[in-house]
Amino acid sequence: MATATLEIWRGDATGGEFKEYTTELTEGMVVLDAIHQVQAEQAHDLAVRWNCKAGKCGSCSAEVNGQPKLMCMTRMGDLPTDRPITVEPMKAFPLVKDLVTDVSWNDEVKKRIKPFKPRPPDFEDGSWEMHQSDIDRVQEFRKCIECYLCQDVCHVLREHHMHDEFIGPRFLVYNAALEMHPLDTEDRREDLRKSQGIGLCNITKCCTTVCPEGITITDNAIIPLKERVVDQAYDPVRKLIQLVTGR
Amino acid sequence: MEVSRHEHDVLIIGSGGAGLRAAIEASAGGASVALVCKSLLGKAHTVMAEGGIAAALANVDERDRWEIHFADTMRGGQYLSNWKMAEIHAKESPGRVRELEEWGAVFDRTKDGKILQRNFGGHAHPRLAHVGDRTGLEMIRTLQDHGVHQGFDDYQECTVTRLLKDGERVVGAFGYDRESGNFRVFQAGAVILATGGLGRAFKITSNSWECTGDGHSLGYHAGADLIDMEFIQFHPTGMVWPPSVRGILVTEGVRGEGGALTNSEGRRFMYDDIPPLYVNQTADTPEEGWRYVTGDRDARRPAELLTRDHVARCIVREVKEGRGSPHGGVFLDISWIKEKIPNGAEHIKRKLPAMYHQFKALADIDITEEPMEVGPTTHYVMGGLRVDPDTQMCTVPGLFAAGECAAGLHGANRLGGNSLSDLLVFGQRAGKYAAAYANEHGRGTLEEAQIEEARKEALAPLERQDQTDGAGPYAVQFELQDMMQEKVGIVREEGTLSEAVEEIAALSRRADLTGVTGDRKFNPGWHTALDLRHLLTNSEACARAALERKESRGAHSRVDFPDKDKEWGGFTVVLKRGSDGNMEVRRDALPPIREDLQKIIEEHG
Ligand SMILES: Cc1cc2nc3c(=O)[nH]c(=O)nc-3n(C[C@H](O)[C@H](O)[C@H](O)COP(=O)(O)OP(=O)(O)OC[C@H]3O[C@@H](n4cnc5c(N)ncnc54)[C@H](O)[C@@H]3O)c2cc1C
Ligand code: SF4
Ligand code: SF4
Ligand code: FES
Repeated sequence: MATATLEIWRGDATGGEFKEYTTELTEGMVVLDAIHQVQAEQAHDLAVRWNCKAGKCGSCSAEVNGQPKLMCMTRMGDLPTDRPITVEPMKAFPLVKDLVTDVSWNDEVKKRIKPFKPRPPDFEDGSWEMHQSDIDRVQEFRKCIECYLCQDVCHVLREHHMHDEFIGPRFLVYNAALEMHPLDTEDRREDLRKSQGIGLCNITKCCTTVCPEGITITDNAIIPLKERVVDQAYDPVRKLIQLVTGR
Repeated sequence: MEVSRHEHDVLIIGSGGAGLRAAIEASAGGASVALVCKSLLGKAHTVMAEGGIAAALANVDERDRWEIHFADTMRGGQYLSNWKMAEIHAKESPGRVRELEEWGAVFDRTKDGKILQRNFGGHAHPRLAHVGDRTGLEMIRTLQDHGVHQGFDDYQECTVTRLLKDGERVVGAFGYDRESGNFRVFQAGAVILATGGLGRAFKITSNSWECTGDGHSLGYHAGADLIDMEFIQFHPTGMVWPPSVRGILVTEGVRGEGGALTNSEGRRFMYDDIPPLYVNQTADTPEEGWRYVTGDRDARRPAELLTRDHVARCIVREVKEGRGSPHGGVFLDISWIKEKIPNGAEHIKRKLPAMYHQFKALADIDITEEPMEVGPTTHYVMGGLRVDPDTQMCTVPGLFAAGECAAGLHGANRLGGNSLSDLLVFGQRAGKYAAAYANEHGRGTLEEAQIEEARKEALAPLERQDQTDGAGPYAVQFELQDMMQEKVGIVREEGTLSEAVEEIAALSRRADLTGVTGDRKFNPGWHTALDLRHLLTNSEACARAALERKESRGAHSRVDFPDKDKEWGGFTVVLKRGSDGNMEVRRDALPPIREDLQKIIEEHG
């Protein structure tokens, strides 16, 4: 019987430690399966979040061997077997217990971003004309499953703890999806520049590297947003044109 | 011990599509709303929906109309559906889908810039609005992002364990915070259950841990009727290999895009057995089926797009008769369409990105190159709380239900895509009518004795000594799932169903002996012990209803009664908690259908 050894972080905000567990390994198993097996057989109270087990809900984020990962999409077979596999919670958020962190800060940030504001419908039945080529980019951003792995890896949040000044890559993507939505008429650039700290991103691209949805966060969302923000600071006429032409 | 108290006009339990839509509606009318959910906001099971939302928008085929959607739903449900709900659903879903666009949803587009619609089993025309194969994510994110600006209060990772009553009327609920283990008491003028399905009662399932049917059971224990509980949808295509992913869904969208089901002999076996009800609408040859997929309006639907109950049974037959795939399923091949269209591989990746990724990452299979192995997986429960078709009120005053935990729309078998539309249409209605009810009746009074009882009940697993040698609630849950899979699964019969009822009783007694270790802080062992009671109630309801219905219809198939029975077509099976606490089973005659709707069925049937 093949087995795997895991070192799982156990503890809460007051402190904790890695604990070692050995569990049976079966074909195709993912890290989340191993965690569940440990939970069912050895540690009933091991705290972990999950829902879909298919990389669609963004609940099971953790750091596996130090890498931010969805546990349900990380196969045991792809990890080195010569040493224990470490599984620990995300670092950019306060720990609740074991692998569960308090991610409510993200909800607060989202509420602060100006909501979608569409132009009046094009047709009487309340619908609009939008073409696939105009929405490809926005659809890329809307693939986000809110796993917050990008937030976890961004040094501005992780190391510098600038949660009050910077909204993080997830919400830059969110802003980009709204700003580039062909129907949207709101202007979020001043907020981005002032209260949301877009200038604090120094384009290290760590967020893009970890995104399980493969969203090109830096190149497709952040850099174009930065350009728009700069444009606005210097050229208010441009937004006017954008408003009129809808482009 | 901390118990915090909250007062609202409307309490909504569940924040999937149904709960969120209800919350938006009730808040819009000025009600103060509490939205409670077991996991984080935006993570509810709805997020996993793949294929699309059914609505007769007629964007792809202008011949589509609500009447045809209505007739398709009734036929799919084998005429057990509540016709009033089916009518409302077909009429209102287009507006509900457009509304999502107004709130920021970005659906895939037709060439002329409208919402694109795709083919799905049992729908006469391309009808499912979609975003690749991640429609549920688009829907829940749209509702969530719009919702958070509507002013309702959300209580995330809070599990309701009991409804509170004032006489006959439901006036609140008791629950605990998963994070801290502290208790909450909600007092409300009206309560909406939007807790989703119960797939976790079975071993092989596409459902998440949350799907323990809490709303079904909470409502039942508060005295509400459950109906149609014998109808559990086994989706024909779940992953079968490797073992750790068994049950994860492979969207019907694969077949909607032309995917072929074949057996080990390479035969497209779905063409060998086409049910009489569908002969006129089904292609004679795979060639005709492909023409349909590519938009030929004179062609008929491929046999792979027959209803789910039928496709699942055909797969079981192939496997049983020795023509299955190496790991006990059959083959689902989308790569073959490369012969038919230029840039086929790119097309597949664009239309089915999540499926491509899922198979690549979890099974080392490139679906643009080789076939998938698939087999049936527990997917959806047609049964649930009986509701008024207009208002969604249960048979207990003050209690409403919407979404998967409510019953009526889908009858004996749900059509793909009809759930997401159900959530929107009836979520909206539940929100509206619950707010009106609360407005009219005000808040009832809570009874402290009930709260104290609920508190004791919730603490019991932590306080009692474990008498199961440390196996704990997980072991009981696994045993229940194995048993349900085997005895209340796709094919049923009297003997094993009776055994199931007895085994559920025995497992319930065992569940009462399991203690859990650790404290109240985010303790999954404790959560599992509490959810287990709901699973047991629901399992009993399924088994008893399945025992009662002595025929095969839709998703319910009995070896000892293999045919559809005309007389049974006029009845629904009802389960209600008796005054002695036992589950009572009865049959209610279905109300006769309105004449104009009957005509529509005849015209389009
Ligand atoms: C993989 C998959 C793909 C699917 N694809 C499609 C599709 O393409 N088209 C379609 O129409 N349908 C599809 N379905 C079906 C559809 O997704 C579900 O039926 C639907 O999402 C259920 O929504 P809901 O709002 O009723 O409940 P859910 O989305 O399941 O939400 C339930 C909510 O209730 C909460 N809850 C439960 N119990 C409690 C409690 N005790 N206390 C507090 N909160 C509680 C949960 O936390 C959650 O927030 C699919 C299903 C699956 C599994
Ligand atoms: S690119 Fe910007 S947002 Fe992304 S990780 Fe680096 S600093 Fe953070
Ligand atoms: S952008 Fe990517 S990494 Fe960030 S939250 Fe969304 S899915 Fe996760
Ligand atoms: S459990 Fe949903 S992403 Fe891992």
